[in-house]
Amino acid sequence: MDNKNAAVSMRKITKTFGQDVIANKDVDLDIYKGEILSLLGENGSGKTTLMNMLSGIYYPDSGEIFIDSKPVSIRSPKDAYDLGIGMVHQHFKLVDVLSAAENIVLGLPGKLDIKKATLKIREICDKYGFDVDPEKKVYNMSVSEKQTVEIVKVLYRGADILILDEPTAVLTPQETQKLFEVMRNMKKDGKALVIITHKLNEVQEISDKVAVLRQGAYVGTLITKDTNPQEMTDMMVGHKVELNIERPEPVDPKLRIRVSGLNVVNEEGIKKVNDASFEIYSGEILGIAGISGCGQKELLESIAGLQKVESGSIKYFDDDGNETELVGMDPLKIKELGVALSFVPEDRLGMGLVGNMDISGNMMLRSFREGHGLFTDRKKPQNTAEKIVKLLHVETPGIETPVRRLSGGNVQKVLVGREISNRPKVLMTAYVVRGLDINSSYTIYELINLQKQAGAAVIFVGEDLDVLLQISDRVMVLCDGCVNGILDGRSAQKGEVGLRMTSLDAGKGEDR
Amino acid sequence: MKTKVREPKFHLVKRDDLSRYQRVLIRLLSIVLALILCATITAITTGINPFEVFGSIVSGAFGTARKTWITLQDLSVLLLIALALTPAFTMKFWNIGGEGQVLVGGLATAACMICFEQKLPSAVIILLSVIAAPLAGALWGFIPAICKAKWNTNETLMTLMMNYIATQLVSYFIIIWEVPKGSGKIGIINQNSHAGWMPQVFGSKYMLCILVALITMVFLYFYIGYSKHGYEIQVVGESENTARYVGIKVGKVIVRTMLLSGALCGIAGMLLVGSINHTITTTIAGGQGFTGVLVAWMAKFNPFTMVLSAFLIVFMDRGAGEIATQFGLNQSYADILTGIILFFIIGCEFFINYRIKRAEKHENKEGSSC
Amino acid sequence: MLGFLSFIPRAVGQGIPLLFGCTGEIVTEKSGNLNLGIPGVMYVGAISGVIGSFFYENKVGENGMNGFLAIMIPLFCSLLGSFLMGLLYSFLTVTLRANQNVTGLAMTTFGVGFGNFFGGSLIKLSNLDVPTIALSKTSAYFSATLPIADKTGWFGKLFLSYGFLAYLGIISALVVAYILKKTRVGLHLRAVGESPTTADAAGIDVTKYKYVSTIAGCMIAGLGGLYYVMDYASGIWSNDAFGDRGWLAIALVIFTIWKADIGILASVLFGGLYILYLYIPTGMAHMELKELYKMIPYVVTLIVLIITSMRNRREDQPPASLGLNYFREDR
Repeated sequence: MDNKNAAVSMRKITKTFGQDVIANKDVDLDIYKGEILSLLGENGSGKTTLMNMLSGIYYPDSGEIFIDSKPVSIRSPKDAYDLGIGMVHQHFKLVDVLSAAENIVLGLPGKLDIKKATLKIREICDKYGFDVDPEKKVYNMSVSEKQTVEIVKVLYRGADILILDEPTAVLTPQETQKLFEVMRNMKKDGKALVIITHKLNEVQEISDKVAVLRQGAYVGTLITKDTNPQEMTDMMVGHKVELNIERPEPVDPKLRIRVSGLNVVNEEGIKKVNDASFEIYSGEILGIAGISGCGQKELLESIAGLQKVESGSIKYFDDDGNETELVGMDPLKIKELGVALSFVPEDRLGMGLVGNMDISGNMMLRSFREGHGLFTDRKKPQNTAEKIVKLLHVETPGIETPVRRLSGGNVQKVLVGREISNRPKVLMTAYVVRGLDINSSYTIYELINLQKQAGAAVIFVGEDLDVLLQISDRVMVLCDGCVNGILDGRSAQKGEVGLRMTSLDAGKGEDR
Repeated sequence: MKTKVREPKFHLVKRDDLSRYQRVLIRLLSIVLALILCATITAITTGINPFEVFGSIVSGAFGTARKTWITLQDLSVLLLIALALTPAFTMKFWNIGGEGQVLVGGLATAACMICFEQKLPSAVIILLSVIAAPLAGALWGFIPAICKAKWNTNETLMTLMMNYIATQLVSYFIIIWEVPKGSGKIGIINQNSHAGWMPQVFGSKYMLCILVALITMVFLYFYIGYSKHGYEIQVVGESENTARYVGIKVGKVIVRTMLLSGALCGIAGMLLVGSINHTITTTIAGGQGFTGVLVAWMAKFNPFTMVLSAFLIVFMDRGAGEIATQFGLNQSYADILTGIILFFIIGCEFFINYRIKRAEKHENKEGSSC
Repeated sequence: MLGFLSFIPRAVGQGIPLLFGCTGEIVTEKSGNLNLGIPGVMYVGAISGVIGSFFYENKVGENGMNGFLAIMIPLFCSLLGSFLMGLLYSFLTVTLRANQNVTGLAMTTFGVGFGNFFGGSLIKLSNLDVPTIALSKTSAYFSATLPIADKTGWFGKLFLSYGFLAYLGIISALVVAYILKKTRVGLHLRAVGESPTTADAAGIDVTKYKYVSTIAGCMIAGLGGLYYVMDYASGIWSNDAFGDRGWLAIALVIFTIWKADIGILASVLFGGLYILYLYIPTGMAHMELKELYKMIPYVVTLIVLIITSMRNRREDQPPASLGLNYFREDR
């Protein structure tokens, strides 16, 4: 076997979604057998899209893919399997009521022989050190067991090029170690492995090479042992971009919310917020930086009363300094205190908006309980809707148009507009500019700044570090659910924030 | 390389860009096509001129004043049941237990009439019926609702079972009350005293049902479209996640809505027993609990449109019944025609919701040549 | 013992139509299609067989009948009728993605109407002044038992006294159970019903599986109607006589928690409950109690449904995508 020839070569790969979203542009990438390659990049840098083109989920707009130096065309996951490529996605594709073995052989041709399959699965497990019970039903499995089943499924089909999309995101540290052990065994066996990640410590621990993507473009490949976290972070986040977002000085900041020792465990039993303590003041913007899924959603939902809290306290202070404990309080009561939450989920609709209702109908979601009569007050939401459409330049045929028909940016304007229309005391926003064009984004930044000047305490969860650093008065960095430092927004350096996002060690020993 | 996956010649995309006018047009077209097919089938089975078929249908439904009244009365009962189911459907709660809810409502009315004939004045019996029938219906709606809210029990299957329990319950009481003993029938209740018979309205025995249906229609239009409860129902129906996000208690809404749905069905049962038939049988609902589902669905759960869809069903039923009588055919002929119309209407939704797109050719080197 | 010996065969006779319906609906529901049209399908299956046999009997006369044809013609007609119903349901719900509940209810309206209509107009066609269609000769072929049935005493009465369709029903339930449990086709079918997205990603043709299983399910269910009219009812068709058995079959599916082999015993149990009132001495004074006994199958089913949802054991739940149509681009 000639190790110098790449197992997979991608050349000039470009993929766009719709008219203006460029996911990947002219990407070159080589994957070698007997090596572990880390694919590193921020959220939205196109890592997963690139790998999806290898696994047959997407088809590139242009560019070429070579397997063992031969050009190939991969149009479906089956094509990918036939070429020996297997990918373990973040969202597992398993049937809950079936056993591990049944899931592994699902879709394969030939006579069903679970015994034979079980033997083969055991063989694979022994070879690489997996721990799978082939008879166990998937719904009885922990997340890490499910992931193992997915990996075995890929190996069962004879893949020798494995792609793992953020495999450690759902694992405990011990489980991560076990996974890495297995990955090393596979590497020894001559498999080519790609691990998509943005955790620098993992990159250093497991990979031989690291390829960096930024905004859909390939930045370069480094030999892991010759590089250091700072160099990787710089490649990943790039140079600071001046955006010219206004940042007025906070006026008369008063303590609004004090979170202390907050712990949250999600439904799958994974700790999402770990002993978080911080304060939020009126008239300021607290930016929250972090890789997505690091506890931002759970943190905000705890404050809004939508998330079950394991331990810790969240205290709300009104203008006169009277305190109220928010943990265990009804979400409606919390809302009445003036705490507003606008969270833009990945699919935009689904939380906070009803797609089939028109704009004024969606305004009513927050206000329909007002008044004493049996009937809803339709006049007020209509006025609010008209105001928002005018103020935020929502492009819509009218306020009677179902929000489902609006473009993404306009949907977000409606959502944010509704949350700020009640003049909240605390405004929590998450990913509000997700997928928006520059102009719409600026409109929303302006709105948030206006709220800040009006005295609201604003929590701004964002994906773009440049924006975060220019709009926030203070920046709190979350890493794996831990508060990994709170920095001054005016002096914080992008590199440092990036480092703290990806590595818990980076914050140790310094401030607090 | 082996042959590549075949490219499909076309694929489907969801659409929601049709104007209201276009939607109505597609549905009308499907009804017209269905009617043409029905006429053709009728012409073949009976040998009459297809155009005369429609004439017979019209005369079956509106031939005489009495026929017209009965058509209107049937229409209002079916409309009432469809309306009763509407709040549940708006919530995406598949209540196919209308049949059972109507039956227990009727049973409660019959019970009031039979048990209190000698003991209470007629007006009081009517009052008791007006209370008991909706309560019975509401109870029948409450059981599946609470199970759905608490344990997420499949409501379609559950309401279906409740129907047959109601049927057997009615059979049980029919035997207890049967007149004469051993006949297995109740006959006209309180034939002489008329105790508990619902009053005539505007001097017509048909008007009460029509009036109740109209009032319910207007009530539901405002209840679902404009009240706070109705708003909650809509949000729960669209997205339970969003409902929880804004603090709506989903379980509570499900139970409350099914209580209403069941109570309205109970009222329909009350009218069937107390105002129209003055007796009770296990088939008094006549499958209208199921037909009501179709009527409500055809109208896209809009109370006013429901008049049209209920009319279509009743009109065909009465009309086809007329044809059947004329030619010595079986009364079930109407069900066949209704079925055909339903299939067309069900099928035409596809063209409203989806667009068929021809596959775009991928400009790749392999160039699948097809 | 004597009561028991006559009770079991009658319970089986009542149970077999339910067994066919239940087996068919299990196959259908396993693909994620909740076919509420099964009652209609069973009517169509029954009347199609009746039509076929009616014309055959009238054409050749009672004496010219060939045993093989007398069985095959109604069997074929019945299968064809329910095949078409299955095709219609699949086309509407799978290809046109129509609402399954609505489509099923419309099929039931249509199917029951179809059965009763032709039941009525066949009489008119035959120009005989009888209230029902009586196909006693054909029925004799259908209900013929093995000659040894009479000679083996209680054993023969309990196990051998049924027409061939009864055994076919049991065999088909066993075959369905085997396919679902042990074969790749069954595995794929279960995957389609649980999670069409996953099945699709694994390269399984979801549309094909839904079509085939729904149509096969209808054809099996249709035989239940045929058994009822040809064997149980001795070839006598009377309108609405089949009654609510189709709905009871759907109830049985829940009762058996989607397991076809359990369906064999459960259908006999349901059949027994259906006629239990005849064997419980209520006396003439309390005839009404028998109506309450008839309620038992439904109450039991309801309780099973509630308990399974309370216990929330994953194996006992309906297929996860039951009632939902699959559209790949809907993510």
